Amino acid sequence: MTSFIIRRLLITMVLVFFISIVSFFIITLTPGSPYPWGELDPKISQTVKDNFRKQFHLDEPMWKQYYLNMRGLFSGDLRSIKDGRPVLERIGERLPATLALNVCAIVISLSFGLLIGVYSARNAGRWPDVTLSVFSFAMLALPGFWISYLVIIGITAWFGTPLLGTASYGTVFPNAASQFLDYAWHLALPASLLALGGIAAQSRYVRASMIETLGEDYIRTARAKGLDEETVSYKHALRNSIRPLITGIGGLLPALIGGSIIIESIFAYPGIGRLGYQAVLERDYPTLIALNFITAALVLLGNLLADILYAAVDPRVRLE
Amino acid sequence: MKDEFLSPGQRMMQRFRRDRIGMISTGFVVVLFLVAVTFGTLSWLDVPFPADPNLTSLEAKLQPPSAAHWLGTDNLGRDVLARLLHGAYISLSVGFVAVFVSLAIGVVVGAISGYFGGWVDNVLMRVVDAIMCFPTFFLILTAVALLGPSLLNIIVVIGLVSWTGTARLVRAEFLTLRESEYVRAARGLGQNSWAIIFRHILPNAAAPIFVTAVLGIPDAILTEAGLSFLGFGVQPPQATWGNIISDGKSYILDAWWLILFPGLAIFVSALAFYLAGDALRRAASSKSETQ
Repeated sequence: MTSFIIRRLLITMVLVFFISIVSFFIITLTPGSPYPWGELDPKISQTVKDNFRKQFHLDEPMWKQYYLNMRGLFSGDLRSIKDGRPVLERIGERLPATLALNVCAIVISLSFGLLIGVYSARNAGRWPDVTLSVFSFAMLALPGFWISYLVIIGITAWFGTPLLGTASYGTVFPNAASQFLDYAWHLALPASLLALGGIAAQSRYVRASMIETLGEDYIRTARAKGLDEETVSYKHALRNSIRPLITGIGGLLPALIGGSIIIESIFAYPGIGRLGYQAVLERDYPTLIALNFITAALVLLGNLLADILYAAVDPRVRLE
Repeated sequence: MKDEFLSPGQRMMQRFRRDRIGMISTGFVVVLFLVAVTFGTLSWLDVPFPADPNLTSLEAKLQPPSAAHWLGTDNLGRDVLARLLHGAYISLSVGFVAVFVSLAIGVVVGAISGYFGGWVDNVLMRVVDAIMCFPTFFLILTAVALLGPSLLNIIVVIGLVSWTGTARLVRAEFLTLRESEYVRAARGLGQNSWAIIFRHILPNAAAPIFVTAVLGIPDAILTEAGLSFLGFGVQPPQATWGNIISDGKSYILDAWWLILFPGLAIFVSALAFYLAGDALRRAASSKSETQ
């Protein structure tokens, strides 16, 4: 087990290096002016430009810029072009909202994905399965921003309930419980809309894996022992087909964070998705580098934890 | 029943033809393709049919669907139906060309990785792992925004970022196929590695690659729509499904038709591609899905 963990940690360190390279060079190698005010503004003198280049190390060679940016990122010195505040601080204050959104979306994706997947697999090939599979592809095919708009229009037109942000502003809450309910209500809708694609993807994984497991010999044995179908499905088959669900989270997380950009923009949710979109609009290089790096590193960390947990539970994995 | 010999490809087509959902969705994809080609040509020849997609008319702005404008008009009085039809080829070309770019990279990387194995495989797969950690949409948004949004940039960036899945799949196929007898025979006959990779192994991995390609098209279409929504899609006045919604979002409470119809177009087309791709996948896998 120790050697497995050490090996995984070494690979992770290599990956962190690759990730830092990608997040730096995707931003600096793309042609285009680094100045937030554009290249051709005649009101900006050469001295101002030179000072700007010096301040953000743009006059250094590429490898040195990479080094300075990464050192700045890890020591917390890297500052935003927009307001001069440390990038880590700007991201740190936005992270909790996005984490809450994504954790909820993952829980929703996993639970509905599991329910739909198991039900489909048990009815494989018959009409409930066919209908559900068309339905999952429909969820994948829904443009997130479009369905969000339709839902917002629908709810505000028919119920007139406040939806945007993290709380209903200007409302005085009589107690903490109602304040929490308000927070939950503001979280529920964006999280569910964010989770649509995840539900579809997870249900497909569970279905495929469950169908495979249901064809195994030990399932036939379990049935032959006279166990009822519920026990066979949920106790024998489901436990052995849960693995793709857990590995699936590794693929789900980047998709969710990507989707957060649009969902957070629409729902005025103060997370890193909106911060990223603003940074894109402002051409804020340091923030963009840090955001790309940190989101990828979070996903990497999640995968590492999942792998280690997995190896702890299932000894076969350690030998891979 | 007559016992006839069918090649694996013919058997796959036979299974595909029996798949009702697959046939309906493929039919829809074909219609979509014809619409895109027809109206793309009309657009190129400047034929204003059913209306000029860029003709503005301030008297006719924000009109709900009527006999004159079946799907209503936008804030500049442009006909939404005409814009949808003339924008179809942009959405489809983003889908097709971006998938082509990602396939080209993914197939080469996956083939090299799977065929040669060893440290080459190790390095390439770690690069794939690293790229897969990134939230793809954010990476694409960043690159497109910094490059400047144009049709070509969007296509290239989507292609450059989304090849990792294909690379993994092709690698897995190559790992199994390189042990097969015909590959050993080819090697024994002294064929070089590239001939074995491209002439002998690749054609046998064609079916799963084709399936991922079909399933990649709606992903690219949806990504372009999302970029358009954030203002980094194909730029106006060129109509695309994404930017009709994006322009219409300021009027959501007054002009629902500006949001509803282009969104439906994206949704239904993406769904048709997904269902057709999934039916192909079912047809390509030799074992029965239902067991």
